[in-house]
Amino acid sequence: METITNIEWVLACYTDDVPANGGACMKHGNEQIAIFNFSRRNEWYATQNLCPHKQQMALSRGMIGSTGDDCTPKIACPFHKKTFSLINGECLSGEEYQLKTYPVKVENGKVYIGIV
Amino acid sequence: MHFRSQLDVFTNKVALTFKKSDMSKPIIIVIGNGMVGYKFCEKLVAKSTSFKIIVFGEEPRSAYDRVHLSEYFNGKSADDLSLAPVSWYAEHDIALHLNDPIQEINRTDKTIHSLKGITLKYDYLVMATGSSAFVPDIPGIEKNGVFVYRTIEDLELIKAYAATAKNGAVMGGGLLGLEAAKALIDLGIKETHVIEFAPRLMPRQIDSAGSGTLQSKLRQLGVTIHLNKSTAAIAGEHKIEALHFTDETSLAVDMLVISAGIRPRDELAKLAGLHTGTRGGIIVNEKMQTNDEFIFAIGECALYDGMIYGLVAPGYDMAEVVVTYLTAGEKSFYGYDMSTKLKLIGVDVASFGDCFITEPDCRTIVFEDTHKGVYKRINISNDGKYLLGGILVGEADAYHILLQTVNNKIVLPPNPEDLILGSRGGEANEGAGVMSLPDEALVCSCEAVSKATICSAVNEGATSIDALKKCTKAATSCGGCMPLVKDLIAGTLKAGGQYIKNVICEHFDYSRQELYDLVKINKLKNYDLVLDHFGKGDGCEVCKPVVASILSSLWNDVIVKQDTIQDSNDRYLANIQKGGTYSVVPRIPGGEITPDKLIVIGQVAKKYGLYTKITGGQRIDLFGAHINDLPDIWEELIDAGFESGHAYGKALRTVKSCVGSTWCRFGLHDSVSFAIEIEDRYKGIRSPHKLKGGVSGCVRECAEAQAKDFGIIATERGWNLFICGNGGSKPQHAQLLATDIDNETCIKYLDRFLMFYIKTADPLTRTATWLNKMDGGMSYLKNVIINDSLGINEQLEEEMQALVNTYHCEWKEVVENPDLRKRFAHFVNAPDEKDPQVKFEPMREQVKAKW
Ligand code: SRM
Ligand SMILES: Cc1cc2nc3c(=O)[nH]c(=O)nc-3n(C[C@H](O)[C@H](O)[C@H](O)COP(=O)(O)OP(=O)(O)OC[C@H]3O[C@@H](n4cnc5c(N)ncnc54)[C@H](O)[C@@H]3O)c2cc1C
Ligand code: SF4
Ligand code: FES
Repeated sequence: METITNIEWVLACYTDDVPANGGACMKHGNEQIAIFNFSRRNEWYATQNLCPHKQQMALSRGMIGSTGDDCTPKIACPFHKKTFSLINGECLSGEEYQLKTYPVKVENGKVYIGIV
Repeated sequence: MHFRSQLDVFTNKVALTFKKSDMSKPIIIVIGNGMVGYKFCEKLVAKSTSFKIIVFGEEPRSAYDRVHLSEYFNGKSADDLSLAPVSWYAEHDIALHLNDPIQEINRTDKTIHSLKGITLKYDYLVMATGSSAFVPDIPGIEKNGVFVYRTIEDLELIKAYAATAKNGAVMGGGLLGLEAAKALIDLGIKETHVIEFAPRLMPRQIDSAGSGTLQSKLRQLGVTIHLNKSTAAIAGEHKIEALHFTDETSLAVDMLVISAGIRPRDELAKLAGLHTGTRGGIIVNEKMQTNDEFIFAIGECALYDGMIYGLVAPGYDMAEVVVTYLTAGEKSFYGYDMSTKLKLIGVDVASFGDCFITEPDCRTIVFEDTHKGVYKRINISNDGKYLLGGILVGEADAYHILLQTVNNKIVLPPNPEDLILGSRGGEANEGAGVMSLPDEALVCSCEAVSKATICSAVNEGATSIDALKKCTKAATSCGGCMPLVKDLIAGTLKAGGQYIKNVICEHFDYSRQELYDLVKINKLKNYDLVLDHFGKGDGCEVCKPVVASILSSLWNDVIVKQDTIQDSNDRYLANIQKGGTYSVVPRIPGGEITPDKLIVIGQVAKKYGLYTKITGGQRIDLFGAHINDLPDIWEELIDAGFESGHAYGKALRTVKSCVGSTWCRFGLHDSVSFAIEIEDRYKGIRSPHKLKGGVSGCVRECAEAQAKDFGIIATERGWNLFICGNGGSKPQHAQLLATDIDNETCIKYLDRFLMFYIKTADPLTRTATWLNKMDGGMSYLKNVIINDSLGINEQLEEEMQALVNTYHCEWKEVVENPDLRKRFAHFVNAPDEKDPQVKFEPMREQVKAKW
């Protein structure tokens, strides 16, 4: 499958750079990527840092959580609290926004983001 | 005849495509797929499957919510407004022909013929053709830039044209005209005019005094009103450029929206020889039958007893009458109440019942407050027993309950003026509550849902608005009855002894007050523990800050130790602003500051390129700080003796002071010293919402203390203490708690009051709203605070003292702690780099964020 073979894994930071159950922002060229350490579930996620609602570079500073019976992990933008699925970037506040998501890999205490 | 022969072909063809079982079903053709035509289909399929329904609509889309048409300008899409998707018709086996108006009815053969050439046979015909905007015959009316306001297409045209227009006018100052004027403002038209022929606005709904109040309110919204004006001509080359009036004046405008009344669409009926009124409308009897017993007319095209009903609720009632008739039931239409409430955002206007009746046929009570722009009038029967009708301008919260009082002939309380003034004795209102309505009271008139239906649904478990909407359809149409429905849910639950709980969110099945107690008793100190013990799932942006606030109100630990459960502002101890920069507000207790400290603020602002402004809270805000700079900025401020101002937190903001007896010749006591003492006492304490205070040195009240959560005003003998005031969007004056008390008593009462609020209020509820919702109101609260009616005052005082004793400046904690400091970086992999997205541009002699 070509999408997998084409992934370039970029070192973002160490695991303890990202607060437990919170986020941090990584610079990759001109791109800003938000990384989330969902330590309560032992999961990591990454999305674009730009909130599509009012174009604020802020998602990494938002609050994470989950919603629904299947506990979909989500991020709430700190500006107006629009929420987005961390799994597929879909806006959960009923609007047509879409976030870009990135695969995350953790090895030996280091966090890598997959760039396609 | 040309279409006779075609007809046979078509009826055969169509009949063949029907399912077998349809062959024997009587065919109902509905002409018009507007609000009422749709409602007819919905009601019929809910009651019976023994008809084949075929709908023809002239508009290109299926029925939509015309009542909320203006919301199209506020971001709602055509889909949002749709009453049901096209698939709904298919699911219910209804054939829907859009964009295909019926052109002829042949009553002898019982067939219709459409524009696209379809001819079909019917057993019953339902005409729901609605109305169109009445366009007066004025020279120049055909020019570009002249519009009507009726369909989504009209709005699309208006929107496109408005993009280049600077000023616009609406012809007609009625219900729809004013709505159109508001829409023009929302579209960014700088100058909006309303031209009304009559000597007052909304002549069918309100009297001239009400119109006066409405006019001044509208002026504030930016609408210029011209009364007694009739338009003689529309001038301009090709497109409209000005309006010429009969009084020889004129007005330059770029566009005009005509809203001069409606004309029932009866042209098709006339052609078919159905009886119509001289001023338009298809004449119907109380079964909505025309003079042809197989043809019905409903909605805005129907003329019943000389009257066209230009509202949706009577149209829905008419639909119900026909459905009942077809399904062999008994129901007739006998006219309808024309009470209305204007949806113009910004000004409330309502009229109900017999609003124009005057003395000596009734007694009239009028309340007018020209300062606030409120006018209320109620008409009462001469024996003082019944409410006959009334008018509300500027404040119409009471509309629904007043309307119910008229419609259900509820006997009035002894002081009927309370109905419009609210009861002023501090005692609970008697008589006029929702629970006193009779069971058959029609609460939702669009969907004909009675109080009894709602209450029994609640008792059967539909305790949320959504559940109730699903099973009763109440509040699903115009939504006007929503407040009544909510009150009924609460009232029914309460009457049944059920506890009404405001649960925090999907993760915590507790109210804030319950969770506060649970966390306290179990001595839980962090969010994860609270979630594990009392919640489910992984939490969210609603419960995290609520728990964070509870934890700090209880234990007063350094909040940034649990930074990821804090709202963004609390997480970075600064308010996030446009473009992602932060603001810095050092505490300046009582607004008193030394020249040296002023100099430090100036130096810091210069060094870090910050914009400075004096705030409305008597201190200085420094805007535009990069997240990376925050710890350095605060380090310098703290070195100079400043502390955090908690401008970012749900906590005490400022205690505003006036200069008081030290300088002012009227000052009775030293208000500045007392304000500083109080601000220092309560600083840093987290609460359900922010807290503000004020101390004034005399009754002149220069500190505006009565607009604060707590306000203290000097008297000859001590202080008067006021509580639960609010500025903001719903201003409310604080109420007097105690008079002529000394400093010590004042602080004791404040401790009790604030702690009681912190423990019992719902999240994000200011003290004013908290009091408004409190059973027993101010007299209850007074009893708790002053007479210790709950026996908890000693505990409240102790708890408050514990918070005071554990005060710390949270910025100092960060500045001195390298681990916490590290969190203030934009890029985790480039901690020294600032967010390149943040850009500034010069403004006056400072900067502003560019975004
Ligand atoms: C800076 C200031 C305006 C100014 O330039 O004067 C201001 C600025 C903000 N106000 Fe305010 N308010 C300011 C005085 C007021 C006042 C006047 C006063 O306090 O005397 C009021 C009305 C009084 C009152 O609150 O009862 C006021 C009523 C509000 C409200 C409405 C509260 C309400 O109960 O309706 C909000 C919204 C909220 O809190 O949810 C708000 C929210 C805000 C926020 C926090 C909005 C935000 O989230 O960005 C602004 C933050 C600015 C910042 O980054 O620092 N601000 N705000 C004032 C700061 C005072 C201070 O020194 O702390
Ligand atoms: C901006 C605005 C705001 C309003 N606000 C309120 C309010 O707050 N409260 C309230 O109660 N009412 C309000 N109304 C009035 C309300 O919208 C109408 O009372 C309601 O839409 C009437 O429904 P109807 O089905 O009779 O007519 P319509 O909704 O007009 O539907 C008639 C349909 O029939 C079609 N038609 C006509 N002739 C033919 C034909 N020969 N063949 C096929 N189709 C045909 C028309 O194109 C139209 O689609 C408002 C109206 C507007 C325009
Ligand atoms: S009034 Fe509104 S815009 Fe002005 S400071 Fe307050 S919140 Fe901001
Ligand atoms: S900018 Fe993110 S929700 Fe508005």
